[in-house]
Amino acid sequence: METDERILQVIDLWVTREGRQILRGVNLTVSRQSVHAVLGLNGSGKSTLAYTLMGSAGYIPSRGQILFEGQEITSRSISERGKMGITLAWQEPARFEGLTVERYLSLGQRKPDTQRVWAALEAVRLEASYLQRFVDESLSGGERKRIELAAVYAMSPILAILDEPDSGIDTLSLDDIAQVIHRLAQEGSTVLLISHRDEVVAIADAASLICEGQIVQTGNPDKVCDRYARCCRPCDKAERVEREVEYERL
Amino acid sequence: MSDFEQILQAYEESGGDPKFLKSPKVASLVVSGNQVIGANSIPGLTMTAEQLPDGVKAQVAVDAGVRIELPVHLCFGVLPAEGIQRILSEFEIGAGASVEFIAHCTFPNATHVQHIMEGKIHVGEGATMRYKETHYHGQTGGVEVLPKARVTVAKGGRYASTFGLSRGRAGKVDFDYEVDVAEDGVAELDAKVMGYGDDEIIVRETIRLNGERARGLAKSRIAVRDQARSEVFGTTEGNAPFARGHVDCVEIVRDQAIARATPLVRVTNEQAQVTHEAAIGTVDKKQLETLMARGLDEEAGVEVIIRGMLGD
Repeated sequence: METDERILQVIDLWVTREGRQILRGVNLTVSRQSVHAVLGLNGSGKSTLAYTLMGSAGYIPSRGQILFEGQEITSRSISERGKMGITLAWQEPARFEGLTVERYLSLGQRKPDTQRVWAALEAVRLEASYLQRFVDESLSGGERKRIELAAVYAMSPILAILDEPDSGIDTLSLDDIAQVIHRLAQEGSTVLLISHRDEVVAIADAASLICEGQIVQTGNPDKVCDRYARCCRPCDKAERVEREVEYERL
Repeated sequence: MSDFEQILQAYEESGGDPKFLKSPKVASLVVSGNQVIGANSIPGLTMTAEQLPDGVKAQVAVDAGVRIELPVHLCFGVLPAEGIQRILSEFEIGAGASVEFIAHCTFPNATHVQHIMEGKIHVGEGATMRYKETHYHGQTGGVEVLPKARVTVAKGGRYASTFGLSRGRAGKVDFDYEVDVAEDGVAELDAKVMGYGDDEIIVRETIRLNGERARGLAKSRIAVRDQARSEVFGTTEGNAPFARGHVDCVEIVRDQAIARATPLVRVTNEQAQVTHEAAIGTVDKKQLETLMARGLDEEAGVEVIIRGMLGD
């Protein structure tokens, strides 16, 4: 892969949380304008990877590097990363008292773009009447997730990290999510899609399998899904190694 | 520039629209210091005001069954840097009437101004009264505001008040509202105040649910920073069967500021239910990081969160 095709490089990334080693030498390369899925079971380190890439407080690597467009960002703040064009859609998005959807969607825009805000809402299949609603407890979990996705879309990020965008949304709207992700990629964004559901990975151009804080495979989404289906289930390390050996035999 | 023009200018700077104070179709009252410089009654609503040595005594009456379509605009201000303004008011909302008041209190040049409001309010049977009061105090913190109201809500009546002070320095605020609610009546108190520098904020909200099925919400949203202090006393009493009440207090604290909350719930009837929640702390980390992940600086993110909470 040419250097300028690599928008994100994660090199030997180690992260400890509350005394537990969560990420254990993650290596990951993501191509520009691609949809790259990171697939893994609950507890495998997916969300920790997402928060670490975004620069969230408490997710400071003890070792390793994160390069974004060739620049080292490992010690940069979350704001700095946001300004560089990286953003994150949280698995369980925050709620804001008194903040309208319209204002929320426009917050990440470098230049105010009302048309883009409307398009973002439309992309997640919500009516214009939502613009005047508050991003608070009055929204259902599914509505809030859609608005989070819309906020990412409205921002036109260079790199969008989506942590389990499908969780809490009915399966019928998986197609909607896929469309938004494809639109983002078509418009020049790169999407890092984090999920534990292999059907979501079908959206991706490339995929990586994360297991116990390590990327154990990267490549064609079908092959990664196949390995995920065959090998991954909640396990202790010894069982995992045994199944890995079995998989290699296959 | 005349007193009226000056107060209109201050009114506009505090977020009001002067056209409402000039329109004959809109009931309004304009008071500068102890001078009544405008009072407009409309059919169904009578407004009288008399001058006191240090303020004004005003009476507002809405006839029974009358629905006042356009909000009534009230403007109270002190333009000099020093002074006292005492507003003694009585509101009588007739049975089945409906009215909304929008009050702007503006003290743009204050270095030593005391603003005292003592209100006596009666909301008649089946009547509705909404009262929204917004303050602008300038940047010196030299204002002492003492809003005090005693409210009675008759059977099936509704009373809702919002007190907002989030532009300029709060100065010293001692907000004290008490509401007694009869059968099937509803009361909502909502105070939103931001303090910084050495501002001192006290909010006392008391709702007594005395009638069957009466409902009440005592809500407060306070943000303090620097060396500011805030203290909230939210009290709701359930004194009748099926009365339902809630006390809801959120205070955001930054820098060396100190916030206290004392939610008090008192139930004297076994079929009544009153709940409370109080949260004091710094800005929610997840909210802030969400905004920072959109490229906002930390300070800008905090501002968005606090302004949202204060309804700005």
